[in-house]
Amino acid sequence: MISRASAPGTVARLLALAGLLASALTLSACDKKGSEAATAAPSAAGSTEPAAAKDKPFVVGFVYVGPKDDYGYNQAHAEGAAALAKLPGIKIREEENVPETDAVQKTMESMVSLDGTSLLFPTSFGYFDPHILKMADKFGKVQFFHCGGLYQDGKHPKNAGSYFGYIDEAQYVAGVVAGLTSKKSKLGFIAAKPIPQVLRNINSFTLGARSVNPKATTTVVFTGDWSLPVKEAEAANSLVDQGVDVLTMHVDSPKVIVETAEKRGIYVSGYHANQSVLAPKGYLTGAEWNWAKVYTDYVKMVREGQTPPHLLRGGFKEGFIKLSPYGAAVSAETKTKADDAKAKLTDGTLVIYKGPLKDNGGKVVIAEGSSKPETDIELEKMNYLVEGVVGKLP
Amino acid sequence: MNRRAVRAIEKVAIPSGALALSLVIFGVFVALAGADPFEVYYEMFRGGFGTWFSFQNTLQRSAPLMLTALCAVIPAHLGLIVIGGEGALLLGGLAAVIAGRAMGDSSPMVASGAVVLAGALAGGGWIAFSGALRAFRGVNETISSLLLNYIAIALFNHWVEGALRDPTSLNKPSTRPIGDAAAIGNLPGMDVHWGLAFGLVACVLAYFLIMRSVHGFAARMIGGNARAAALSGIDVTRLTVALCFAAGAAAGIAGAIEVGAVHHTANATLIAGYGYTGVLVAFLARQHPLAVIPISLLLGGINASGGLLQRTFHLPDATVKVLQGILFIVILASETVYGRFDLRRPRKVASPVPAATDAEADHPVKGAA
Repeated sequence: MISRASAPGTVARLLALAGLLASALTLSACDKKGSEAATAAPSAAGSTEPAAAKDKPFVVGFVYVGPKDDYGYNQAHAEGAAALAKLPGIKIREEENVPETDAVQKTMESMVSLDGTSLLFPTSFGYFDPHILKMADKFGKVQFFHCGGLYQDGKHPKNAGSYFGYIDEAQYVAGVVAGLTSKKSKLGFIAAKPIPQVLRNINSFTLGARSVNPKATTTVVFTGDWSLPVKEAEAANSLVDQGVDVLTMHVDSPKVIVETAEKRGIYVSGYHANQSVLAPKGYLTGAEWNWAKVYTDYVKMVREGQTPPHLLRGGFKEGFIKLSPYGAAVSAETKTKADDAKAKLTDGTLVIYKGPLKDNGGKVVIAEGSSKPETDIELEKMNYLVEGVVGKLP
Repeated sequence: MNRRAVRAIEKVAIPSGALALSLVIFGVFVALAGADPFEVYYEMFRGGFGTWFSFQNTLQRSAPLMLTALCAVIPAHLGLIVIGGEGALLLGGLAAVIAGRAMGDSSPMVASGAVVLAGALAGGGWIAFSGALRAFRGVNETISSLLLNYIAIALFNHWVEGALRDPTSLNKPSTRPIGDAAAIGNLPGMDVHWGLAFGLVACVLAYFLIMRSVHGFAARMIGGNARAAALSGIDVTRLTVALCFAAGAAAGIAGAIEVGAVHHTANATLIAGYGYTGVLVAFLARQHPLAVIPISLLLGGINASGGLLQRTFHLPDATVKVLQGILFIVILASETVYGRFDLRRPRKVASPVPAATDAEADHPVKGAA
C-alpha cells in the first residue's frame, strides 16, 4: 500500500529539489565563467566585426569536447589553435564543450555554412564516426582533419583525414625522469580506460623508468572514464597512501591529479599540456602535444593548394610532441639521461618495444630479437601491461 | 472579465513575462562579460530560429528532450518526482542495439520498429521498477530513480565494454553496429531525424492520457491524495507502475532513436545528459505534457545558438548554462504569482469571500506537482 506525503509536502519537495538543481546549475556556470571571463574579455571587443572583411580570411574551425582551459587534452588543442590565430590572414572559429552526439554535426555544419570555414579540426576521438564522416560527405569542398588516426583509405571520404602523435615516446622519457627521481621506486599511473592508447602510455612510462631503475614499479588505477575529477582525486590519494611518490596520468584533464600530488608533497609528471603552474614544487616534466606545429603545417599545405596526407603521424622527430621544461626537483644528471633518451628516440636508435618483453603475468609478448618501432600497427592493438606494472586489465 | 479568461491569460502571460525578464537579466550579465546584449540577442535568434538550417538544428536538439521530459512529467501527475530518465535512455539505447542486430535482414519497417519497441520496453521496465519500489515498498522514487541512473550507467558500460563490445572498436569501446535496415532516417524533406515526430506524438499522447482520459483522472487523484484515491476504488499500485512504465518508455525511445538515427551503435557517447535536461524541461513546463513541446524548443534553440555565441562573441560555453539557470529560477519564482492578478479587484471589495476561495481552488500547480 502506498503511503505518500500530502500535497503541500510534495510541493515543498518539488521546490527544494528545484532550488537545488537551479543553484547547482548557476554555481557550476559561474565557476567556469569566473575562470574564463579573464581570457574572454580582452578579445571580445575586437571580435564582433562583420564577416565581410576586406580580403577574405582563411577560416579554420576547431571543435573541442570539453572546456578549452582544462589544463589537458582540450587546452593542448586550443594552444595549437591560438598559434594558428597569430598567422596573418587566418581566422579561428572555436567551439568548446560540444558533446559527441549529433550536436557536433550541427556545430560543424554551422561553422561551414554560417562562418565560411574551409578547414575543420574536430578534435575529439568520438567525433569521427559517424559525425565527421557524414559532414565530409555533405561538404565535399571542406577539409576535415580528425585527431585520433582512424582514417582508412578507400573507405573514408577523400576530404577527410586524421592525425595523431606517438606521445608514448614522451611518456618514456618522463618515465626515465620519474625512475631516477623517485626515492621509493614506486610510481603511480591514473588512467581512464584500458584501451590501447592508454595501455601504451602506461607501458612506455614503465619501460622508461625501468630502463634506468630496474626496481621501479608502476601501480595503475583505472577510473573508468575520461573526466571523473572526484575519482581521480581519490585514486591519487590512495596511491600516495600506498607509498607512491611519483604520479602521472592519462585522463582528459590532469588538473585534479596534479594538484592533489602537490598537496600531498609528492612528484608529478604531466600529460597533454603543461601543468607546471599547478605544482610548482613537485612537477618533474610532462608528455605534451605540440599541435601548434601540426596545425601550422596543415594550414600551410591547404593554403598552398596541396592535399595534405590523409594519415599524419609523428613523434619527437616530426615535432608532434614535446616535453614540459624540467622542474626544479630534477637533478642535472637526470636531465642528461632524459635528454639522451629523447635524442635516441628522435634519431631512431632507441626502440621502446623490443624483445624480450614480458607482460606482468610473465607471458612473453614480444619475442627475443624482434622489435616494434613506433610506426608498427601492432602497437595500436596493445592489450597487455608490461612487467613492472602493478595492476590488472579489467 | 470572467475568472476562466483571467486564468487563461495568466497561463500565457506569466511564462512569457518570466522569459522576458530572464532575457533582461541575461542581457545585464552579458554586458558585464563585455558583449553587446542586443547583438547577443540577435545572434541567439539567428542561431536558434533565424534560418532554416538553425531552426532544424533547434528541432533536432529538442527531439530527445521532449521524450526524456515526459519521463518526469507523467509520474509528476501521480505526485512522484522521477529523475531516472538518463538511466532509462541508456538501457533503451542498449536494448535497441540488441534488437537492431537481432533483426538483421528483415524489412526496414519491422527492423526499425523493433529498435524503437525494444528501447521502449527496456526504458519502461527500468522506471516501472522504480515505480514498483514506490508502490509496493514505499521507497522514495526520487532517490531510487536517481540511484538507478548510476546502476544503469554501470550496466551499460559493463555490456558495451564487455560482452557486446565490437573487438574492432579499439580506442572507443562500442557495440557492433546495427544493420542498415534497422537504421532510422530523416523526416521527409528535412535534415531532422524521426525522433522529432516521436517526441511530438508522445507529448500529445501523454496529454490525452493524463488530461483527457479516465486513467489520467485517476492518476491525478492519486497525485492529489493517494489514500482518498484508494478509498474510492482506484488501484493505486497498478496505475503507479503502469504510468511509470509509460514514462520510462518515452525515455527509452529517446535512447533507441539516438542509436537508430545517430550513432547506429551504443557507446559512452549516449551518456550525454539528455535525461537530466529532460527533468529541467519538465519543471519549466510545469509538468504539462503539451508545454513540454515549446520548452524543449526553447532549450534546443538556446543550445543551438550557444555555438554561435562562442564563435562570434568569444563568450564561454557556460554562457548558455547561465541563461538556463536564470530561466529556471525566474520561471519557478513566477509560479508564486499565479492567482494574484485579479482583474476584478475593485469588485472584490464588495464580495471578498468567493474570490479568495476561487483562487485557491483554481490553483493549477497543486494537482500537477
